[in-house]
Amino acid sequence: MLTSIMEQLMNGLRTGSIYALIALGYTMVYGIAKMINFAHGDIIMVGAYTLYIGIALLHLPVIAAMLLTAAVCSVLGVLIEKIAYKPLRKAPPLAVLITAIGMSYFLQSVALLIFSSTPIPFKSVINVEAVQVGPVSISGITIVTLAVTTVIMIVLTLFINKTKAGSAMRAVSEDRGAAELMGINVNATISMTFAIGSALAAVAGILYICQYQSLRPTLGALPGIKAFVAAVLGGIGSVPGAMLGGIVLGLIESLSKAYISTELADAIVFGVLVVVLLVKPSGLLGKKTLVKV
Amino acid sequence: MKKAISVGLVAAVALSMAACGSSDTAETTAASDTTAAAGSEAEQAESGADDGMEEFIIGSTGPLTGANASYGTSVKQGEEIAIQEINEAGGVQVGDTTYKLVLNFQDDEAKEDKAVTAFNTLVDDGMNAYVGAVTTGACLAQTDLSYEANILQITPSASAEAVTENPNVFRMCFTDPLQGQMIAQYVIDNGYESVAVLWNNADEYSAGIHDAFVETLEAEDAGLLVADESFATGDVDFNTQLTVIKNSGAKLLFVPAYYGDVAYIVQQAKDAGMDCDFVGSDGWDGVLGQVTDPSVVEGAVFLSPFLATEESAADFVSKYEAAYGATPDQFAADGYDCVYAIKAAMEQAGSIETEALIQAMTEITIDGLTGQVSFDESGEPDKTAKFVQILDGEYTAM
Repeated sequence: MLTSIMEQLMNGLRTGSIYALIALGYTMVYGIAKMINFAHGDIIMVGAYTLYIGIALLHLPVIAAMLLTAAVCSVLGVLIEKIAYKPLRKAPPLAVLITAIGMSYFLQSVALLIFSSTPIPFKSVINVEAVQVGPVSISGITIVTLAVTTVIMIVLTLFINKTKAGSAMRAVSEDRGAAELMGINVNATISMTFAIGSALAAVAGILYICQYQSLRPTLGALPGIKAFVAAVLGGIGSVPGAMLGGIVLGLIESLSKAYISTELADAIVFGVLVVVLLVKPSGLLGKKTLVKV
Repeated sequence: MKKAISVGLVAAVALSMAACGSSDTAETTAASDTTAAAGSEAEQAESGADDGMEEFIIGSTGPLTGANASYGTSVKQGEEIAIQEINEAGGVQVGDTTYKLVLNFQDDEAKEDKAVTAFNTLVDDGMNAYVGAVTTGACLAQTDLSYEANILQITPSASAEAVTENPNVFRMCFTDPLQGQMIAQYVIDNGYESVAVLWNNADEYSAGIHDAFVETLEAEDAGLLVADESFATGDVDFNTQLTVIKNSGAKLLFVPAYYGDVAYIVQQAKDAGMDCDFVGSDGWDGVLGQVTDPSVVEGAVFLSPFLATEESAADFVSKYEAAYGATPDQFAADGYDCVYAIKAAMEQAGSIETEALIQAMTEITIDGLTGQVSFDESGEPDKTAKFVQILDGEYTAM
């Protein structure tokens, strides 16, 4: 019994760490640009297909293909921001949100046109042996995903808090107008945020297809939404919150599938979100924002 | 800020609902390509119809794109081979008239809504008999339409019991419950003491097989089934269910599902270090094309009415390989047999009127690729089952 609970916790950690990685991107863009980038999940899909093109069609070495993936996603993220979101920066949040959803469908449809909806099998490029801890075996990809997510979270926190560019990001996040008056290039800062957020999506895309080994144009949609929920659960705008939210979400999902009901798992996940938001509206680690009247 | 989040959450829910159905847009293009192709075939056939032969149009639908594209493509290609053979041999002689067979195949993406549109397109184009649909859900959406339109329908591979409820519908493959019973019998005969089942509870095909399997197994010995786990359409992560199954100590895992899901399941089972045997339903056919490493399905056994390496199929297989560069699977064989069933019914009936064809269907026996088959009045086929095992990355007869 104990072994099986341990193994289910490991399953939860595995999916949770992918959610966490995606949630990091959501939370960063939200924190700085104050918008929810619904196309984020589909950038994961673009990342997955780019890796496939790099390795299966162009026969690049693994590292080069991964770098190409990160580069393509970063450029795509910046382009999306410049073309779709920047003209709407002064528009009401609803307009931006709908544009983001439109962008999400646009990316999915382009992928459908190019690759069709037939799933493409893709062999994992990350081959790490499973580790045996007592009776519990932890698969290699779980360890890699967890390690990558933790390292990225730490680096991201340091970057935001310790570097000049990070200070600029925080300034833009607090008051865009005042930041501009202080000589901060707001456009460049927002572009940088999208570039970093999309590179994170690329990493998530790589880990995702190494885990599931199959490519579909809609592969980013559901993890994207789950990760958004994770970001809200952890407190959107907070980097450690995204990590915590993702892992908690993965654990709840796995445990409810294993011990309650497969069909009810999603309902339970969203139920927990509702309860958390009722008790703590800013999320688990979210900052309380005082609104001056 | 709170407002933005709540708007976002609403949108998230909306998106999650749309996510399942959002793979449609581009496929329409592919579908219209097919229509164009089918149209040009029909034109060619018309121009060639000057040799005194009337046309007999066989309508057909199946998934040519989407996650189950392999099934529809196979059926279509099997039908094309059969039609080519029959036409080259001089067509079908019915009374004083010789008919040349023409195929009009529409893509239904294995989706109910697309299947209805595809069927209506076929009716509008004019058809004499209908072979389809390839998948159960799509076929169930069409059976009432074909009854109203008064058209003989033979499904190559839709296996839910309800498919043949209407008197005009016949079936070439086994039913879901029959598959469940036969696989349960296989499990009992091979002396497995602990069995697990992992099935899709959002799918009629999977549920139909599962229910009959569990019933048969428990009638034999209630202690045999040690784990009964389910998943939903579109799931890609089965680790939780597999962990439960692994800890149940099952020596055999039965997965009644389509090969797309199966590919994820066998891969993740191997990653989780499971060493149980696998047994599958006929939806497993095609799984070797979806797994990245054939060793994950090594030794798996599944039910299938057709095997390309058998001698009786050699002629069909060589024609098929020459035309499409691929080895035919059971769906291709089912499609091929359906066309020959229609030919036999036309000759038996001496007419191409639907009532006469339906009557004739119950009188014919065809020696098809999927075995010798005859049909009873309920539309069910009478034939024997074969099991196939995956050995050294190849499908082999047992």
